[in-house]
Amino acid sequence: MSAFLPPQLFHNARIVDPATERDERGGVLVRAGLIVDVGPHLMAGSGPDGTQEHDCGGHVLAPGLVDLRAFVGEPGAEHRETLKTASEAAAAGGVTTVVCMPETNPPIDEPAIVDFVLRRARDTAIVHVHPAAALTKELAGRELTEIGLLQEAGAVAFTDGTRAVTNAQVLRRAMTYARDFDALIINHVEDPDLVGDGVMNEGARASLLGLHGIPREAETVVLERDIRLARLTGARYHAALVSCADSVEIVRRAKDSGLKATCGVSINNLTLNEIDIGDYRTFLRLSPPLRDEDDRQAVIAALAEGVIDVIVSDHNPQDVETKRLPFSEAANGALGLETLLSAGLRLVEAGQVTLPRLLHALSTRPAQLIGVPGGQLSAGKPADLIIVDIDFPYVVDKLKLHSKSKNSPFDEARLTGRVLKTFIAGRLVYAYDEQ
Amino acid sequence: MLYSDAFRMSEHQTFLFPHRHLLGIEGLSRPDIETLLELADKAVEVSRQVEKKRATLRGRTQINLFFEPSTRTQSSFELAGKRLGADVMNMSVASSSVKKGETLIDTAMTLNAMRPDIIVVRHHAAGAVHLLARKVDCSVINAGDGAHEHPTQALLDALTIRRNKGRIEGLTVAICGDVLHSRVARSNIILLQALGARVRCVGPSTLLPEGIEQFGVETFTNMRKGLQDADIVMMLRLQRERMNGSFVPSVKEYFRFYGLDAEKLSWAKPDALVMHPGPMNRGVEIDSGVADGARSLIREQVEMGVAVRMAVLEALAQHLPNDGGHR
Repeated sequence: MSAFLPPQLFHNARIVDPATERDERGGVLVRAGLIVDVGPHLMAGSGPDGTQEHDCGGHVLAPGLVDLRAFVGEPGAEHRETLKTASEAAAAGGVTTVVCMPETNPPIDEPAIVDFVLRRARDTAIVHVHPAAALTKELAGRELTEIGLLQEAGAVAFTDGTRAVTNAQVLRRAMTYARDFDALIINHVEDPDLVGDGVMNEGARASLLGLHGIPREAETVVLERDIRLARLTGARYHAALVSCADSVEIVRRAKDSGLKATCGVSINNLTLNEIDIGDYRTFLRLSPPLRDEDDRQAVIAALAEGVIDVIVSDHNPQDVETKRLPFSEAANGALGLETLLSAGLRLVEAGQVTLPRLLHALSTRPAQLIGVPGGQLSAGKPADLIIVDIDFPYVVDKLKLHSKSKNSPFDEARLTGRVLKTFIAGRLVYAYDEQ
Repeated sequence: MLYSDAFRMSEHQTFLFPHRHLLGIEGLSRPDIETLLELADKAVEVSRQVEKKRATLRGRTQINLFFEPSTRTQSSFELAGKRLGADVMNMSVASSSVKKGETLIDTAMTLNAMRPDIIVVRHHAAGAVHLLARKVDCSVINAGDGAHEHPTQALLDALTIRRNKGRIEGLTVAICGDVLHSRVARSNIILLQALGARVRCVGPSTLLPEGIEQFGVETFTNMRKGLQDADIVMMLRLQRERMNGSFVPSVKEYFRFYGLDAEKLSWAKPDALVMHPGPMNRGVEIDSGVADGARSLIREQVEMGVAVRMAVLEALAQHLPNDGGHR
């Protein structure tokens, strides 16, 4: 339908294009769902006849966010989240492309399930949805999935989600095989045996709370191994989530040596630490766990420096059945799509990361990794746009969140900056309503 | 004139084959290979006559010692030996004394004591045939050792190609599929390169041996690129245990990307010919339409198999002790 829309002019904006580091006042001209022009010369009235104008009110206009890691309950756990509700949460958070994880029921481990998710998303979701397919059949870590056929069906990456592939031979073969298809392999770098009964970061805090700890080595041991296998095989490898200073050093060394490996960090590990768990708040029970403040500062510095490539929401809806339990018995995971950008802006406000750098890790870089055209404000790119008031203060109210589940780690938190409007191919899919 | 001369396939013994065993293609010179192919051309003629029997190996004992089950290779060697007049005994060791704990060397020494002239050996372990050859007094032919070599298969493939294309020099041969586990591929790579062909290996990276480029072959993981300009498309068998997620994800995916069907064959030269060492997995590495089609040499390969084995037996027979001699 977008072909029949009149030209649209987004003017009076602070245009921030993380792909080119452009950050200036101006506008964006859109035709038929695609950006056709960007720049300071695009002021009110500068569009062709019949142009529909959007006054951005001086706020930030940026490419929509691309989230490489969201767990959606469809198929199989629709009571927690559907593609529809996840996409509504995404749109409200400024996320225009969601990569959904294969840990569904049945898991996304064959082409028919990829096709199912894409059709459901087409019919019910209001943002772009791309499935990541399982790397091993039934996510069991033993046998390769049909990487070629899954890729043809539309899978953009291959991962076992929250499960690390622990068998090094299986991972080596998967990497070797995936290389032939230039497929992106994402591994959860957390050794389940070293995690053991652990539920939070190992250290004094866990000891005080009487909880079993998860050592940083649960992460670094797997990450180190994966990097070596990536070097051996030449595969496109991405470590899903790093959480500590030692991991940052491993990735830095790998990149310095010319390896093309990449890594992500959860918004939670950038903005929260183990102290926030406070009085056993199960919404902060996460995998990887929240680490200490030194680790948090290390991952922020690595993000600023570009050692960490992408920030993900790690959106993982859980209901009361799985969260209203003693900390050690609760499920891992927290909501993230809707608060992703607001939480990230804390780092900008604190002066630790620039706005273009933050947006680069939230849109440009993840779009590059999965090979979709988003994350750029330039002619020919899709008009997946967000208007953001970066000074807007608000208190998170979990009851107002769009997700079906309510396990937000930021419930009642004060955040500054929120998405006012979200557009997909020039079409409005979300507008903030003060009520 | 000794009777054996009169009944040799080559009327005058003009060829030279300076080896007592045939353990692999490696170690054979180009003249050695050409000698065998010429003898094999004559053996084809012999085999196409009503009277197929020759006396080259009359009075000789040939033991086919197969530690791995095989139908076609074993029967091919058996027929070749019988056509040359040998007494042939088949031993399928997979089901006998090895199960009772006898070692390879024990088996070899036991057989050696029975004074055979030629032992044809197939074994699942690379190098096992070489080990056996060092322990026995007779000639040894390698009928396949692990993923190492299968020299008579490479020779019969070369003979088939030469008889259909008139030459091997300058041809582009694409060996496709499970090169990693294939002794057929290794022997063919060495032989075809020795005769001046350009050899490519095509398959998923999980089935291509590390460092194989150092043998002088080009590798491709994409069939379209790998088959482009190929004169010969040689498919390899994919073992069942490697199909379901260990080396390749599934039969369906393997066939989709690497199985030879009419479309993929169209990427090769218009007159490209198709080969397969057998036994085929139809619908896995090869489509029935292609396997049975006009450009398939697969059945001819079987006929050439008998001829090549007759040639090898005759060549090795030169080095057997003379008639009336004692060992």
